[in-house]
Amino acid sequence: MRISLIDGSFIIAGLLFILALAGLSKHETSRRGNILGAIGMALALVFTILGTVLGTYDLVESSPGQPVLELIKAAAPSWAIVAIVVAMALGAAIGFFRALRVEMTGMPELIALFHSFVGLAAVLVGWTAYYSSVASGHFDPLHSGELFVGVFIGAVTFTGSIIAYLKLAAKIKSAPLTLPHHNLINLAALAAFVALTVVFVLNPEGTLGFILLSAMTVIALFLGLHLVASIGGGDMPVVVSMLNSYSGWAAAAAGFTLDNDLLIITGALVGSSGAYLSFIMCKAMNRSFISVIAGGFGSDGTVVGEEKDYGEHREITAAEAADLLVNASSVVITPGYGMAVAQAQSAVADMTSKLRAKGVNVRFGIHPVAGRLPGHMNVLLAEAKVPYDIVLEMDEINDDLQDTDVVLVIGANDTVNPAANEDPHSPIAGMPVLEVWKASQVIVFKRSMATGYAGVQNPLFFKENAAMLFGDAKERVEDIIHSF
Amino acid sequence: MDVGIPLESIAGETRVAATPKSVGQLVKLGYRVLIETGAGAKASFPDDEYVSAGAEVTSRSAVWAADIVAKINAPSDAEIALLKEGSTLISLVAAPRSPELLEKLAARKLTVLAMDSVPRISRAQALDVISSMANIGGYRAIVEAAHEFGSFFTGQVTAAGKVPPAKVFISGAGVAGLAAIGTARSLGAIVRATDIRVEAAEQVESMGAEFVAVQSEDQQQSTDGYAKEASQAYAEAAARMYAEQAKEVDIIVTTALIPGKPAPRLLTEEMVASMKPGSVIVDMAASNGGNVAGSKPDEVVVTANGVKIIGYTDLPGRLPTQASQLFATNIVNLMKLLTPGKDGQLVLDLDDVVQRGMTVTKGGEVTWPPPAISVSAAPTKVEEAEAVVKEEKKPRDPRITYAVFGVCAVALLCLFFFSPAGLLGHFMVFMLSVVIGFYVIGNVSHSLHTPLMSVTNAISGIIVVGCLVGLTMVDQTVPVTEVTNLIIIVLSVIGILLASINVFGGFAVTHRMLKMFRKG
Repeated sequence: MRISLIDGSFIIAGLLFILALAGLSKHETSRRGNILGAIGMALALVFTILGTVLGTYDLVESSPGQPVLELIKAAAPSWAIVAIVVAMALGAAIGFFRALRVEMTGMPELIALFHSFVGLAAVLVGWTAYYSSVASGHFDPLHSGELFVGVFIGAVTFTGSIIAYLKLAAKIKSAPLTLPHHNLINLAALAAFVALTVVFVLNPEGTLGFILLSAMTVIALFLGLHLVASIGGGDMPVVVSMLNSYSGWAAAAAGFTLDNDLLIITGALVGSSGAYLSFIMCKAMNRSFISVIAGGFGSDGTVVGEEKDYGEHREITAAEAADLLVNASSVVITPGYGMAVAQAQSAVADMTSKLRAKGVNVRFGIHPVAGRLPGHMNVLLAEAKVPYDIVLEMDEINDDLQDTDVVLVIGANDTVNPAANEDPHSPIAGMPVLEVWKASQVIVFKRSMATGYAGVQNPLFFKENAAMLFGDAKERVEDIIHSF
Repeated sequence: MDVGIPLESIAGETRVAATPKSVGQLVKLGYRVLIETGAGAKASFPDDEYVSAGAEVTSRSAVWAADIVAKINAPSDAEIALLKEGSTLISLVAAPRSPELLEKLAARKLTVLAMDSVPRISRAQALDVISSMANIGGYRAIVEAAHEFGSFFTGQVTAAGKVPPAKVFISGAGVAGLAAIGTARSLGAIVRATDIRVEAAEQVESMGAEFVAVQSEDQQQSTDGYAKEASQAYAEAAARMYAEQAKEVDIIVTTALIPGKPAPRLLTEEMVASMKPGSVIVDMAASNGGNVAGSKPDEVVVTANGVKIIGYTDLPGRLPTQASQLFATNIVNLMKLLTPGKDGQLVLDLDDVVQRGMTVTKGGEVTWPPPAISVSAAPTKVEEAEAVVKEEKKPRDPRITYAVFGVCAVALLCLFFFSPAGLLGHFMVFMLSVVIGFYVIGNVSHSLHTPLMSVTNAISGIIVVGCLVGLTMVDQTVPVTEVTNLIIIVLSVIGILLASINVFGGFAVTHRMLKMFRKG
């Protein structure tokens, strides 16, 4: 296989990846975008595998006017082909199995897990490159540095994503871990990484090189673990998109190590898109990116809401709520993570279609950080067959809320908290929120009067036009449907 | 309990506090409704329609003796005497301007709910007669102006020549102003409007009119020390603007009415004199002294240069059916609030700011003015918060931005100077891809964030290429079983396995998700 053919296929694959991301920006073109991405991937894989199997050649003019094919890299031995096929088939089987079986509520976990694979693969690529240099006995200082950076980012991504996965899957507590001086620990790890890199670039050979690389890998693994462990559950949309970004940078770093432009292009695309998503998420929470990454809400973990008399909240029964809904002309539903926890999306969709059949204008208002993954609520509602043109963003629906008869708040708390607008001392002050309290009537589905993730009491529950419907969101919605 | 709806006694009053429709709603709330004979006649609601809606049409004395009396205007002394002691009265009161009336009402131990003292909070909008009447007034102001105006509102090109459209200027973009804008627009006029609140511009433009801002430099300065000078400079600038508009337009409607205070003078005699003959001014604040020099309440004044100044104070009453309907609906909404049990029993909850705000006398005491409601404190707080935010967003000195860029560029150049040539080619590819990534993602809609992440997940599985390349690093000059070779093979194969999960799983799950998004 001629080397220029492989590189050419990489250029086309890179373009197809860009088109894939561009296609994903609109509903109409999104499926095409996904297919283009898959084609690009297939193209790159086929040519790379052919190159590995057949060996790579290039035309070189050994004497003027007489170009000859010169071997650059010998073909991998035949057992390697078997290994590739087996590994890829196994990977494909696992991948398809997970992809087809995953519940839409479990998307955040799956995506976090996928990130960890990229991170681990990047670590493995780095170590492979290291052993290749050990075998050849030749260490290039530039490559040594690139290798170090690649392994570092990969390892941080790996453990960070594993922790995020465990937190999202509720296998460990989602509360932020607050070690004393946690910022100092992170800084120390970074400083150690820089110092080790310098020493490694100067002395990559022998046992010392091995120890340096191992030590750095362990430090990076610890840093990833600590970084994500100290971020709480409510910040997960930011964390997941941040890890998405990291996995891209890890791939790009691997590309630098291997002199592979396709890896660099793809890694940079994914890295910057993940960073941009994190930025959008942070803006939606009115938080600085640094403070989220540095861990914990604010700077010192949880903030305790000040003691204040908010008055009495009122309760409503499902039958009364059904009565209100049927007699309303416009209804807005603002779901949050609680809807996903209660698996209430199908019941909500059912209620929506019944209300729409009665001529009620039902729409959904989605806060950018609702759920545990950017766009999580949209995916859940799409799964339950809610048409996407009645699912609106916060900015699109906020102006209409004052003309809305009934707002149903299902499992959302901080994203509908009026304190963000009204109380400049609130920990969530200035965060853009869905202004549901402007509607004539608000019904809040909630398990109990506990506070939301930010630990802030929600004055919405005590407003005169708000009523609480306690219990499991799914059961309560089904009760409402029965009362129609 | 009984609700009595008397015939309005004030001369020229055409409205009535209940319509057949509202009677039906009151009956549903559990009340017995008594209508005085002929109460709705002037608003085109005959007695028999009330009867078929469930009311009893009866004598004056019976109506006034009801437990609750709902009417439009404040009662006269004779009417107060007819009221049952301790009963409830719902009507307009004009509490700030009528302390004596309040004393008299209190002396009869009446509970009086003033429809014109509804707190201006969003929850209470359904009861707010000031708004519903202002809406009608704004409409009628344009209709009256059109009646007095000697030309078309709309522009036309006819066989008999071209007619230019009328130019209408509306001062004040409150409820009345916006209603006037809408009416004048739908008659085809060119409409301009102004308001002291700059944020009203958006509402004005949404109604299809042009917003005329007061060109004052002091507008944005609001430091306390300069408040007076600023307002004076503002007033001068406003006067200049009014003088300019007066020369140009055919119709002016002024709506600057501040309850309980003399109306601000917006148009001076000179401005009126500078208008074209035949122009029409509607002064909606004529009852409180007028926004326009020379306007007289309830009269049409024609100035020396032929400008007509309409000073009607009963504009809503000139649409008796509509005004009664809205007023009656406001009363029904109040009754819904006061009848939580829907059992015909009126329950007054003085802890509710809306009910407290409207209650001007109770149990023999004057309870007006109500204590300041806590809601009114909220807007100032919000303003403070906004101010803080704005301060943070102060635009940075552009020189600092340039300096930062410069320093970064120099630092990068230094770095590149020491970099090997091979790195820079890759670095170029890297930087350009980062920029492309930012631009491509900048347009993604929120709802597609999850599919986007899973597709980037699949794409970053491209690291499988790296692992494949890793396999070719096996040193074939030594046996495969050599330690480093074994390590390379094992690491690469694990990498291929993991990355393949990403590639196949990522694309598959994205496809599955995107298939679910459907349009309704």
